[in-house]
Amino acid sequence: MVTINGKAEQAAGRSIAAWLEAAGYGGRMIAVEYNGEIISAAQYPQVILHDGDVVEIVCFMGGG
Amino acid sequence: MENNMEDCWELAGHKFHSRFILGSGKYSLKLIEAAVKDAGTEIVTLAVRRANTQDKENILDYIPKQVTLLPNTSGARNAEEAVRIARLARAMGCGDFVKIEIMRDSKYLLPDNSETIKATEILAKEGFVVLPYMYPDLNVARDLVSAGAAAVMPLAAPIGSNKGLATKEFIQILIDEIDLPIIVDAGIGAPSQACEAMEMGAAAIMANTALATAGNLPLMAAAFKEAIAAGRKAYLSGLGRVLVRGAEASDPLTGFLHD
Repeated sequence: MVTINGKAEQAAGRSIAAWLEAAGYGGRMIAVEYNGEIISAAQYPQVILHDGDVVEIVCFMGGG
Repeated sequence: MENNMEDCWELAGHKFHSRFILGSGKYSLKLIEAAVKDAGTEIVTLAVRRANTQDKENILDYIPKQVTLLPNTSGARNAEEAVRIARLARAMGCGDFVKIEIMRDSKYLLPDNSETIKATEILAKEGFVVLPYMYPDLNVARDLVSAGAAAVMPLAAPIGSNKGLATKEFIQILIDEIDLPIIVDAGIGAPSQACEAMEMGAAAIMANTALATAGNLPLMAAAFKEAIAAGRKAYLSGLGRVLVRGAEASDPLTGFLHD
């Protein structure tokens, strides 16, 4: 299992790009941290998820 | 301004005319555009949070493109977490500005000044334009200057309290002693309080809750804009003096009808 935003997801074997697209993040303004490292959008298709990986996907929201 | 002098201020070489920084929290996305317009603001703060696919709307679609985005590090409990959030914010490709906000106390939401100094130093070295939110303390403000801050953001009162300039004396010390823009942030609840801070010589005011909890948000944004402009003009003019005691007539002291 891959932990994505704190939830266990069946995502091993897919690229980050493929997972983001399938999950509905296509075209969204987000930033992605993969095992503690920020990765650029250009890297999303190249990074393949493995069991035990931890991914954070963030976006901007209203705030002070 | 008269004589066509521009009254602008700068953050790390970026020039601004508006002295009103607007928060975007706790109100509908649909009101943001009107609030930005009626506030005349050029800087809007944002939070960084875990994304989800239920929220279909992107807050950036509601903020005019010419506005500078100021992501905050809210949620950070120490310098390390603030640095992480700042880097993620920058990875979204909306500029290098960051407002450091570090709290370890969820009751009073007071900023952790020492962790804020550490985060400021790290992020300034990485090229961020760092605006640290802090408890007004002159020694800390000096350390923030040394750490590379672009401005200092002292709190007026606890976040979201709308209580006004509870720390007035200490903010005045920062204004008088620190050679960076002092942006009064948190606790400003009414236009009169924003005006007073500007009369004191603050470079700008940041407000969110005062608008989000107002009866009519765009109208309150306009009221803040006018109050901030009025306070700024009063500061540039120099306030009239205050008598220690007694009175002084404003009218001529001769030619009375009973003479």
